[in-house]
Amino acid sequence: MQNGNFLRNIWIIMKREFAGYFGSPVAYVFIVIFLLLTGFFTFYISNFFEAGQADLKGFFQWHPWLFMFLVPAVAMRLWAEERRLGTIELLLTLPVTVTDVVLGKFLAAWCFIGIALALTFPLVLTVVYLGNPDLGVIFCAYLGSFLMAGTFLSVGSMTSALTRSQVVSFILAVVACLFLILAGFAPVTAVLSGWAPMWLVDLVSSTSVLSHFASIARGVLDVRDLLYYLSVMIFMIFVNGVILQNRESA
Amino acid sequence: MIEVRHLTKQFGNHLAVDDISFTAQKGEILGFLGPNGAGKSTTMRMITGFFPPTRGTVIIGGSDILSQSLAARGKIGYLPENAPVYPDMTVGRYLNFCAEIRGFSGTAKTQRVDETLDRCFLAGVRNQMVNTLSKGYKQRVCFAQSILHDPEYLILDEPTDGLDPNQKHEVRLMIREMSATKAIIFSTHILDEVDSVCSRAIIIADGKVVADDTPDGLRRRSAFHGSVVLTVTGAATDGARKRIAELQGIASVSVVESDGDRTTLRIFPDDPAVSVADRVIASVSRDGVGIDEVFVEQGRLEDVFREITTGK
Ligand SMILES: Nc1ncnc2c1ncn2[C@@H]1O[C@H](COP(=O)(O)OP(=O)(O)O)[C@@H](O)[C@H]1O
Ligand SMILES: [Mg+2]
Repeated sequence: MQNGNFLRNIWIIMKREFAGYFGSPVAYVFIVIFLLLTGFFTFYISNFFEAGQADLKGFFQWHPWLFMFLVPAVAMRLWAEERRLGTIELLLTLPVTVTDVVLGKFLAAWCFIGIALALTFPLVLTVVYLGNPDLGVIFCAYLGSFLMAGTFLSVGSMTSALTRSQVVSFILAVVACLFLILAGFAPVTAVLSGWAPMWLVDLVSSTSVLSHFASIARGVLDVRDLLYYLSVMIFMIFVNGVILQNRESA
Repeated sequence: MIEVRHLTKQFGNHLAVDDISFTAQKGEILGFLGPNGAGKSTTMRMITGFFPPTRGTVIIGGSDILSQSLAARGKIGYLPENAPVYPDMTVGRYLNFCAEIRGFSGTAKTQRVDETLDRCFLAGVRNQMVNTLSKGYKQRVCFAQSILHDPEYLILDEPTDGLDPNQKHEVRLMIREMSATKAIIFSTHILDEVDSVCSRAIIIADGKVVADDTPDGLRRRSAFHGSVVLTVTGAATDGARKRIAELQGIASVSVVESDGDRTTLRIFPDDPAVSVADRVIASVSRDGVGIDEVFVEQGRLEDVFREITTGK
């Protein structure tokens, strides 16, 4: 019985979140900005056409950096807005568990980002038209990108539960995401390997979304990468729930 | 029945709610009174399971809000202070969400939503976005949300705050209508409301219960309760006053107002439960002084409220 209710409650909360997203211009603005920015980076910075290659490397390589800002912008509303409006008081006094609510809101936001990501499909059509790309690799890269977005989202959802200010939540999330990226960013690991032992360098870079994203984007689906994303998400969502359960103020 | 047991809430060093206990039975409308900052909202937030109490607990119809939280919450309808509602949804969709999350589906759900919309006079704005509604309508939407599942227990935090007099009247009517089968606790600082709606009132100050009584019972605590207020005209009022003071059963007589040949007196009896109006009137007419107005003061809730909550 608990299980049926659990899925049902999550689904109902997701539907309400979606109604909220598309009931305001925020959702449309976000999607347009996301598409414009990916387009800009892919075509102007990566020189998609001139590169003469039928793949989407020049597209996916920007995702960590774009998501670092865009995902916290989606996440910052999740809890901070509920607190500001006071609707959190209704939400958390409903006969549903904190887990239902946290997961419902998280999954709705993740699906929303998934929709934005899916709307970049014309690029896939373009490379299919131009050449003969490896669709398996492209699929993997999309999956990696989606998982990375989920990871950032779980971080942002957690920071959003900490405060009633969306701005504070946004900044905290961006900093945390930046850390998750930089730990595996080549220039940083290069500096680190100058003095630190190799195992430490590996350890630090293994906490980075970047290293895990890179291998998935190459088309290598490794269980360890999937585990990495899932465990960060589950941990952050768990912390998110704990924060909400122990909240002392509205 | 709602049983509030030794509820205590501490925010840092500040004791917002200090060992509050009371019960509310079905059929009862319990007014929850107190000055701003007394701890009304904090108490309600603990009753509805939004805040964990520092100590104590609440039993909602047999379910403990801490250990059987879901069962307890399922029996409650809650209208938080300031009536929060999601702005980016239509009224109909929002109530649909509330019905679904409360476990309704199919035609039962549709019926619930339709009924509630009608009952709260919201059918006309069903497809309107909440953020385009006026304050009164938003309040109504939030109220609708609280009664949608026909809960046995209703917790309403200042349900008439910010409404115009007609809307206040409507809300009070609705509360009274529903009271037969529910236990209702509602907070307010409008004392007229207590009179027109409540069967019992609890006054809290600084987080403590300072009075728990019927509105009439509270009024009886007024220093003015049972006193006779008499307005007389004519020249010989001074003599009349002295003779009233000498009557049996009169504790004291004071002049409330004296304006030319009109004088208003307040006559305190020895025992507020024993009426002295007859005797006073007889004495005054024997003196041949004209009576302009006379009434027996019931005591005003405002005075009692101020007395109890400030000690003045
Ligand atoms: N989340 C909170 N954190 C700290 N103090 C609070 C919090 N909520 C309420 N208080 C304090 O507790 C006291 C009671 O507040 P409240 O219950 O809102 O009073 P009321 O509803 O009777 O006006 C006030 O002094 C208020 O400042
Ligand atoms: Mg209050």
